Amino acid sequence: MPALASVFQRDSAAYRRRGETRAFIRRALRGYEQKRDENKARFQDWQAARDAAAAIKHEAIEHLDRCLPEFIEKIEARGVKVFVAANGVRAKDYIIGVIRRHGAKSIVKSKSMTGEEIHLAQALEGEGFEVVESDLGEFIVQLRHEAPFHIVFPAMHLKRDEISRLFEEKLGSAPTDSPEELTMIARRAIRQKYCEADIGISGVNFAVAETGAIAMCTNEGNGRLTTSLPRVHIALMGIEKLVPRMDDLALLLPMLATAGSGQHLTCYNTILSGPRQPGEPDGPEEFHLVIMDNARTTLLADAQQRDALQCIRCGACLNVCPVYKNVGGHAYGTTYPGPIGSVITPHLRGLQSWKHLSGASSLCGACTDACPVKIDLHHHLLHNRRNAVRQHKTWWELLLFQGFGWVAADARRFALAGWIGRLAQPLHALVAGTPLDPLKPWTRFRALPEPPPYAFRDWWKERRGAEGGAHD
Amino acid sequence: MAFCPQEDGNSPCARTWRTDSVSTVRVSLFIPCFVDQYFPQAGIGMVRVLERLGHRVEYPEAQTCCGQPAFNSGYWDEARGTAERMLDVFRDAEAVVSASGSCGAMLKVFNPELFAEHPRAEEARALAAKVWEFSDFLVSKLGVEDVGARYEGRATFHDGCHGLRELRIKDQPRRLLAHVRGLELVEMGEAETCCGFGGTFAVKFPHVSEAMGEVKCQSITETGADLLISNDSSCLMHLQGIFRHQGRPLRALHLAEVLAQT
Amino acid sequence: MTDDRALVFARIREALQTPRPLHGHYDGLPGPAPAENGKGYAAWLPRVEDTPSGRLLAFRERSELLKTELVVATRAGLAGTVQALQQRHGWKSAAWHRTRLTETAAGAAGLPLLSTDQAYETAALERVDASFTGCDALVAQTGSVLLTTRSAGGRALSILPPHHVVFAEASQLIADLPAAMRLLRERYGNDLPSMICLETGPSRTGDIERILVLGAHGPKKLTVVLVE
Repeated sequence: MPALASVFQRDSAAYRRRGETRAFIRRALRGYEQKRDENKARFQDWQAARDAAAAIKHEAIEHLDRCLPEFIEKIEARGVKVFVAANGVRAKDYIIGVIRRHGAKSIVKSKSMTGEEIHLAQALEGEGFEVVESDLGEFIVQLRHEAPFHIVFPAMHLKRDEISRLFEEKLGSAPTDSPEELTMIARRAIRQKYCEADIGISGVNFAVAETGAIAMCTNEGNGRLTTSLPRVHIALMGIEKLVPRMDDLALLLPMLATAGSGQHLTCYNTILSGPRQPGEPDGPEEFHLVIMDNARTTLLADAQQRDALQCIRCGACLNVCPVYKNVGGHAYGTTYPGPIGSVITPHLRGLQSWKHLSGASSLCGACTDACPVKIDLHHHLLHNRRNAVRQHKTWWELLLFQGFGWVAADARRFALAGWIGRLAQPLHALVAGTPLDPLKPWTRFRALPEPPPYAFRDWWKERRGAEGGAHD
Repeated sequence: MAFCPQEDGNSPCARTWRTDSVSTVRVSLFIPCFVDQYFPQAGIGMVRVLERLGHRVEYPEAQTCCGQPAFNSGYWDEARGTAERMLDVFRDAEAVVSASGSCGAMLKVFNPELFAEHPRAEEARALAAKVWEFSDFLVSKLGVEDVGARYEGRATFHDGCHGLRELRIKDQPRRLLAHVRGLELVEMGEAETCCGFGGTFAVKFPHVSEAMGEVKCQSITETGADLLISNDSSCLMHLQGIFRHQGRPLRALHLAEVLAQT
Repeated sequence: MTDDRALVFARIREALQTPRPLHGHYDGLPGPAPAENGKGYAAWLPRVEDTPSGRLLAFRERSELLKTELVVATRAGLAGTVQALQQRHGWKSAAWHRTRLTETAAGAAGLPLLSTDQAYETAALERVDASFTGCDALVAQTGSVLLTTRSAGGRALSILPPHHVVFAEASQLIADLPAAMRLLRERYGNDLPSMICLETGPSRTGDIERILVLGAHGPKKLTVVLVE
């Protein structure tokens, strides 16, 4: 088994034993489901809204060759310095260049999954800059030197006592079991940083082609502070963040909030169209926007799975995925966990190395139902599996399926094989639990079904014979 | 042989099992490979119910497997070879009624994609159009909810994922069970959550599969039910396997087995 | 540093040579095309009765859920309202920018004031207890305050102090998000303020055990004074 797949198996096996954490996360997600359903019910027609949202993003992606240049032209006209980066290295080099040019030392950052993808914070720290993650969840996992557990709620896996101990150790704060007090501790720690930071780095939720503006959704207000106080603002986005019109935000903003966090609307939906303008009392003097490909065009080229680029990073698919709930965000071993991660990671990072994520699913389809932009998520997992096999077939699977195919090609052969299997099953008891047990993956956790005395086809044949062929 | 058309969706022909039916349907049974070999009672139950309702049931014995295991593993060429057989077996069928939501979905939803660029694409689509999952066939096609069943007990129903999300089976089994005399149906909190079987997933990712099953078993236990019912025998096999491994066996029956009891 | 746009545009063009039609997955239904000017979206978003009383009712309901303090005042009674608020919240200082309404408020509050209409020190703004701003509109459907750098005195005024007080005319209460987008287009055209924000309640986080806590980084309190 390839290395990454073994790591996944090991990590998911370990997580399975953390029954308490899994139960805790299930409870949190049940609360989310309730609020989400309340807000979905407020929509006059949630399914029509999904259709429209899918159509909006489809339009942007399908016409990205037009939308993206249009967006860049418009936003550059507003004084934003745009840098299009082919990959993460180019994006980081540019950002580091900007920071160096300004002689900056301290950087405050609001949430960016695209930034996580290219390990931006680590790269900047490596260059000797101080980087403060202002989003509370990101702040917490940064202190723990850990990757985010969930794309919207990075510290979802931690209980308050763990967070308190973390703050006691790293910030010297007093122990507390109140989420409110813990939030205040973080607020105080970060507040000074906003006022002192030279550079603010933010993510982007939507990039509006019509006007040349970016939209950013946060609940905490850290996105606002990051982009208001420091004198230089750098925003990072993937090429797929485009939406055609401002009007489209009227639909996408509430859908993002409802699907992602069960809110009707995120607290601060901020639309930024440029640096500080003449006549404005404050705001960054320079606004840089880095627009990154980093293998998104590979996914774009796969017409069947192109809709995966419609993703608005709401996290709804993670929230409903039973696999995600039972392996945890870290086991995926990559920036984007959950169903969307399992679909896109093979495209972004290599099919053969990452196909196991597409395999680690029962294809229940809860993700596809939950997706506000109607990405055909669980079917794409099948597509990835097919594509991986087209490139490379394992000898034993080929043997297995060709063998099974041969048996199934003849009804009597099939019936005979089944009869032998049922007959031989009691023999399994001899090897059960030992290294020789061929059914170990099953029998480790589950009893085998009792073999019935006859197959359906036997019963049917006998009955037909008894009734003289009346039911043919 | 005429059958009650379903075009006007809102008014299915309502018949109870007591009236003599004027029109009957020629039902071709699709008994998936593992149901045939390991859970024949599910198929037997289907036969009993359909015949009780006055329909002619046939079982094309040439059927073996729909090809889903190979298909789900990405071996589509190999799957096609097996799946093609079904196109032959059910070519002349009027209505193909499946004992399983997942295999029903294979014929109804996935075959058209599997055969998309294939010379037999049209046949795959034609077959898909006449495939029904068992409970959906009874309720949506025949317009029947009371099949005259009796079963004493407290039960909970597990929605098999393929049936639920690929075939939109949710109400149908519940409406049928509501008419089973003596049966108390309680909903579990995680009714729509995947049980964790997922075909080859169960053995390729056993830890995840079991963890998912464990969550489901807990939810079932919380209902206090002494019977687990589902429209998918593979889910039952997986959940019952976990219960027995934990030393607390739970009675599990396919929906058709319950409906067959009088 | 020249960027990679030529390369990335070329990759995009090549990738899009195979079209992907819009279609639903298993239902096979095509989605509706996005409506022009956003009017169509209102049909699917939560319903708001688009009358003055309907909008006020919706905004009041949302404000309660969001923990926004909504105060309805008369023009004549505005000064008194502000003084009552000052007593309730115990502000010792405030920051503001000049609008017709905030001028009255600033006068009535009797507090040391920092104005962002001229250059100001961030450190000074950080120390005040409250900010008084105007807004572009109030959105009934979501309970949001629509503000921009031009209507709310810049970027920092409405987000840095711990209590944000918005002064709005009743006529500024509009129905829904599509109406908000139309308003922006009609008011600003292509001359957009550099920051626009839909502020929806006091700042909050759910990052700890997904439990809601108010006052994460932005204001812990939001008060909307609606002047009839």
